[in-house]
Amino acid sequence: MNARIERDNVVTQALGQIGNCGVFLLQILAAIPRSLRYGRETVRQLWFVGAMSLTIIMTCGLFVGMVLELQLYHVLSMFGSTSMSGTVVAIATYRELGPVVTALLFAGRAGTAITAEIGLMRATDQISAMELMAVDPLAYVAAPRFLAGLVAMPLLCCVFCALAVFGGHLVGVSWLGIDNGTFWSNMTATVDVWQDIVSGVIWKSLAFGAVVALIAVYQGYTAPPTSEGVAYATTRTVVASSIAILALDFVLTAFLM
Amino acid sequence: MNAAASPDDTLIRIRGLTTVLNGKKVFDALDMDIPRGRVTAIMGPSGTGKTTLLKHITGQMHGDAGQILVDGRNVPDLSREALYALREKIGYLFQNSALLTDFDVFENVAFPLRQHTKLPEVLIRNLVLTKLQAVGLRGAAQLMPSELSGGMARRVALARAIVFDPMLILYDEPFVGLDPIALNQVLKLIRTLNETLGITSVLVAHELEAIKQVADHIFLIANGKVVAQGDPRTIADDGSPWTRQFFGGDADGPVPFQYPAGDYAEALGFPRSGA
Repeated sequence: MNARIERDNVVTQALGQIGNCGVFLLQILAAIPRSLRYGRETVRQLWFVGAMSLTIIMTCGLFVGMVLELQLYHVLSMFGSTSMSGTVVAIATYRELGPVVTALLFAGRAGTAITAEIGLMRATDQISAMELMAVDPLAYVAAPRFLAGLVAMPLLCCVFCALAVFGGHLVGVSWLGIDNGTFWSNMTATVDVWQDIVSGVIWKSLAFGAVVALIAVYQGYTAPPTSEGVAYATTRTVVASSIAILALDFVLTAFLM
Repeated sequence: MNAAASPDDTLIRIRGLTTVLNGKKVFDALDMDIPRGRVTAIMGPSGTGKTTLLKHITGQMHGDAGQILVDGRNVPDLSREALYALREKIGYLFQNSALLTDFDVFENVAFPLRQHTKLPEVLIRNLVLTKLQAVGLRGAAQLMPSELSGGMARRVALARAIVFDPMLILYDEPFVGLDPIALNQVLKLIRTLNETLGITSVLVAHELEAIKQVADHIFLIANGKVVAQGDPRTIADDGSPWTRQFFGGDADGPVPFQYPAGDYAEALGFPRSGA
């Protein structure tokens, strides 16, 4: 009986969080026109969540492409189709690995930083100070970070995909001896711009960027103003973002395929 | 020094403010008139809602009943735009300074000017340096908040609070952590702002000696109501049990020192007498 009540409470709390997050999204969207006057702050956040994430995104993209090519080469060699390995690397990256892995890394690198920063701003009364200086924190703090996440994710995803294909080329052509012309011609003949790049890279990464940025800003904004509260909020950002990315990926794939 | 202001001289008029937080009645039909152009101190035991009262005045919190009229406008009824317009005329000094940690001292003080005006950079620079000079920290303009002591941060926050020459400044515990020199300078500054610019000042503080030097009027609040008010130099002599206990620092009196708890002997595991 107690276990059931506890389970019901967890479900109720989770649904409440999702509902509150939805209301918060509407508040941010309403604050975006007011935040346009803080363009410099949005650019600063874009640098912080985008440019500062480049190292980890580039490194991971390179290694994901290299590992994928290595695995595929050995599997496809059984069927005499190693020349197609580069194509499979590209399609897998554009459609799934690029947006999903970039979003997971983005949540870990930029999402946690956003949550911790806003949570500490609240704990040290900086958010209250802005309100009392007649500066809307939704427009000055929340909306620029949300917009920065929305813009940065597709760009980071493109970089990730480019490095993954480069990594695949490095292993497949330079190391395993696949013909360079075959590698590129098979890829360009098979990859569809709309199906693979626009639907996969652009739409998915836009959706993931919005979800991760929303969760990160919401968790920071609603974090209890204590060190423990900020720590829990940061953890919740990673957990909630990861679950949301994977669940949303399934839904988007089902609709976009 | 003033005792009671006429209605026209009242900047903040609170009527019947009732607030219940977590089941506890913080304000119980509180009435208060804060005169324009004077320095008013709000004192009271810890946890009586002094900071909460400042939050009501600035519209950060709303009570369950009652009116808070600031310059003739009822704060709980104001729209977001009207509330922000009112806040532009109010300076607020936080207990913990609340400086923006991404900006240096200069940019912290310049922040309200940059957000609400299109003044040329030269004028912003001069205004900021003037305010920093007033709090004795012009030389610290390039320091980051993390490089400041608690007292210095408080003075920077004060410079930021006065950068717009507001009609009202709310000070939440302004004297905590200040060394005697800084304390004296802050006291002088509060008095000077009040006398030269006609700014109304409301202080929440516990330091009676400092309050005596700067305030025109004191409200003592406890149990959700104003239990005493008057001139700082004579309020302690009014003979009420509230003022006697608070200004005398007695543990016994109408304000319990002990948080409500069960039997002490029982908690320590001693047998009850007569059992």
